[in-house]
Amino acid sequence: MGNYIKLVVLGLVALFALIAANFGRDLAYQVNFITFALAAIVAFVYTLRNTGEPVSTVDLSGEYMDGVVRAGVIATAFWGVVGFLVGVTIAFQLAFPVLNFDWAQGYANFGRLRPLHTSAVIFAFGGNALIATSFYVVQRTSAARLWGGNLAWFVFWGFQLFIVLAATGYLLGATQSKEYAEPEWYTDHWLTIVWVSYLAVFIGTLVKRKEPHIYVANWFYLSFILTVAMLHLVNNLSIPVSIYGSKSVQVFSGVQDAMVQWWYGHNAVGFFLTAGFLGMMYYFVPKQAERPIFSYKLSIIHFWALIFLYIWAGPHHLHYTALPDWAATLGMVFSIVLWMPSWGGMINGLMTLSGAWDKLRTDPIIRMMVISVGFYGMSTFEGPMMSIRAVNSLSHYTDWTIGHVHSGALGWNGMITFGALYFLVPKLWNKERLYSLSLVSWHFWLATIGIILYAASMWVTGIMEGLMWREVDANGFLVNSFADTVSAKFPMYVVRGLGGLMFLGGALIMCYNLWMTVKRSPAVEATNHVVPAE
Amino acid sequence: MAKKPVQKQEVETTGHSWDGIEEFNNPLPKWWLYTLYVCIIWAVWYSIAYPAWPGIKSATAGYLGWSTRALVAEEIAEVEGRNAAINEKLATVELASIATDPELKTYATSSGAAVFKTWCAQCHGSGAAGAVGYPNLQDDDWLWGGSVEEIRTTVAHGIRQETDDDTRFSEMPAFGDDYLEPEQIDAVVNYVMSLSGEPKDASVVAAGMEVFAEDCASCHAEDGTGDREQGAPNLTDAIWLYGGDYDTVKETVTFSRFGVMPDWNERLTEAQVRAVATYVHQLGGGE
Repeated sequence: MGNYIKLVVLGLVALFALIAANFGRDLAYQVNFITFALAAIVAFVYTLRNTGEPVSTVDLSGEYMDGVVRAGVIATAFWGVVGFLVGVTIAFQLAFPVLNFDWAQGYANFGRLRPLHTSAVIFAFGGNALIATSFYVVQRTSAARLWGGNLAWFVFWGFQLFIVLAATGYLLGATQSKEYAEPEWYTDHWLTIVWVSYLAVFIGTLVKRKEPHIYVANWFYLSFILTVAMLHLVNNLSIPVSIYGSKSVQVFSGVQDAMVQWWYGHNAVGFFLTAGFLGMMYYFVPKQAERPIFSYKLSIIHFWALIFLYIWAGPHHLHYTALPDWAATLGMVFSIVLWMPSWGGMINGLMTLSGAWDKLRTDPIIRMMVISVGFYGMSTFEGPMMSIRAVNSLSHYTDWTIGHVHSGALGWNGMITFGALYFLVPKLWNKERLYSLSLVSWHFWLATIGIILYAASMWVTGIMEGLMWREVDANGFLVNSFADTVSAKFPMYVVRGLGGLMFLGGALIMCYNLWMTVKRSPAVEATNHVVPAE
Repeated sequence: MAKKPVQKQEVETTGHSWDGIEEFNNPLPKWWLYTLYVCIIWAVWYSIAYPAWPGIKSATAGYLGWSTRALVAEEIAEVEGRNAAINEKLATVELASIATDPELKTYATSSGAAVFKTWCAQCHGSGAAGAVGYPNLQDDDWLWGGSVEEIRTTVAHGIRQETDDDTRFSEMPAFGDDYLEPEQIDAVVNYVMSLSGEPKDASVVAAGMEVFAEDCASCHAEDGTGDREQGAPNLTDAIWLYGGDYDTVKETVTFSRFGVMPDWNERLTEAQVRAVATYVHQLGGGE
């Protein structure tokens, strides 16, 4: 019976999507709705083929649902490589503008590719990593199978569809022009459905947990899922110009819109890239180190302090703008108080390794996690510092910001994700161990040197251009034109591109290593049975 | 910090275990807690000292009376006050006399350089070498004259600004619009190319010369050296605004060109206009 309802719904979705595509007023909208219809048709055929087949009656409630995590791991690696590749491309487009080929204007020039890069790494790579690891972690630490049956699969495929809609939309020019919130209204609606399902699966699993307490990693994951839902809804309040077109008009305007945008933007960093990934850190670091978490008390205090403070820090993105001074002050003040709560996660991560420091020598995965936590600590110090108005007057609009973001994104988010993938693949595919630890070492060094080249070159060029912009002669007149500052940055842009290339190279080595682990490593017996700890 | 809590290996765990993960019951690190307190105390002070807490209609102003707007106004006033006398002098003296007053000339040049880098570099390049459609200002080839007075007029009133009565205005006919036959255009293009270099097709140069004498010489002069009164470019000096190859010259003759420049007196002060004219004049080609 359920299948028949599904078939009707999917059929209607496909039909309406095709009607919408037919009436579509712009290319991005038409392509997006045809994609949407195709996805519905594939799901329809899949459901149809399973309808009337004998239903398996094996009770799966005693087993963890790992298929969706496996799919998530593959998607993470895939989108990671895509996102890094686009990043390297646009890095070289900045260094060598000739790479904005004439034939690719309007599709693959820097302006179109830049949001593709940011969304691919944050949402496709980071998002898949978060969804996959949260599904893995919440099951293990709750001793319960994922709630909602195939709803978890809907979350996975729905999220991939969101990524494809957003990405093709960017290339064809559908954008709200809000940083990290570029997808247009219908893509936003779709993500809302997927995200609420994600929240339901996660909370449902927590509710039926067999452990008496909720593990700290799950607090972080839950705060990430909840807050992202709220941020997404508020920042994407917009009215479509036509239901048959991609363009929409924001509900807020002027400085209010800017404030909402950076409330969203900064908390995308705070809850997506910090809280979510801290959830990852709180599971995979103690597991890989085989050590208890350093301090339970610290985890509680820094969790609540982080959650409470982060949400107010957004205005520091709008220093010296039309935003009133009082709002900028509050943004700065909250950012600075946020310093120690952020570092609580670093302390708990690093000190968990005390008593296991020797593993740094022998275990490149631990090394990856340690450097990740190290970069986390560095970025969460740099961030509050850059939020100070006086520092910001130099750093704002310069490449220093780009360097800061990438030391966080490549160093913290990238490295902890790589560590988690190396941990997960042998477990998920029932393998004794990774294919090659020396390849992990290669990945580690390539990525680390790549990040250092990237961040250092951006610090140098950022501070240089900040100083050049404000340089005045004895009479108080500006010395440099904007174009002078651009041309002065050229060598550092090349270094940045090379750093990105090394990071991408490391990720490709990882993909090979993970692939060979699945293909070649000796198998072990499956261990995905639900076993409560006490 | 590394030593104390850690080496005491036997801190108790909380007794919970999740998938094998336990938690030590370590206290908060002291340095962490005190740094957090210091940050909070600083934050409270800072938000009292500076504008911070919103009310219904306005926000607290902070006891230091600091504001970004006041700060920038103060900095601008400081520089303007310092330069008021010399700006006044710059705006009123005989233009030609600027060059003979070392102090004024130095000031005008550095002020003009800043104006140029802010407002002019986008089209003319930060080194004033120009680009396709935007004249090079370093050479001695001037469309409307290269004396400091002429440059000032061009800067102040712009090129082809219909809202400015004193603007520089010239318009070459689009000879492709029924004025000339295609073969005549081909001929005159070759003739023009021959004035400063090699034509594409030497056999039509003579025919082109006739077309030129009839249709072009009234502005560009018989010998093709142009006329600054009308802003008609010199065609004999191998300096090209849009390009001197056959296709580009043919496009110019066929469709004409209509480059524009803003009338900067709308946006800049007289002292700034004179400063940038002085700056451009001393770049190398000034007359």
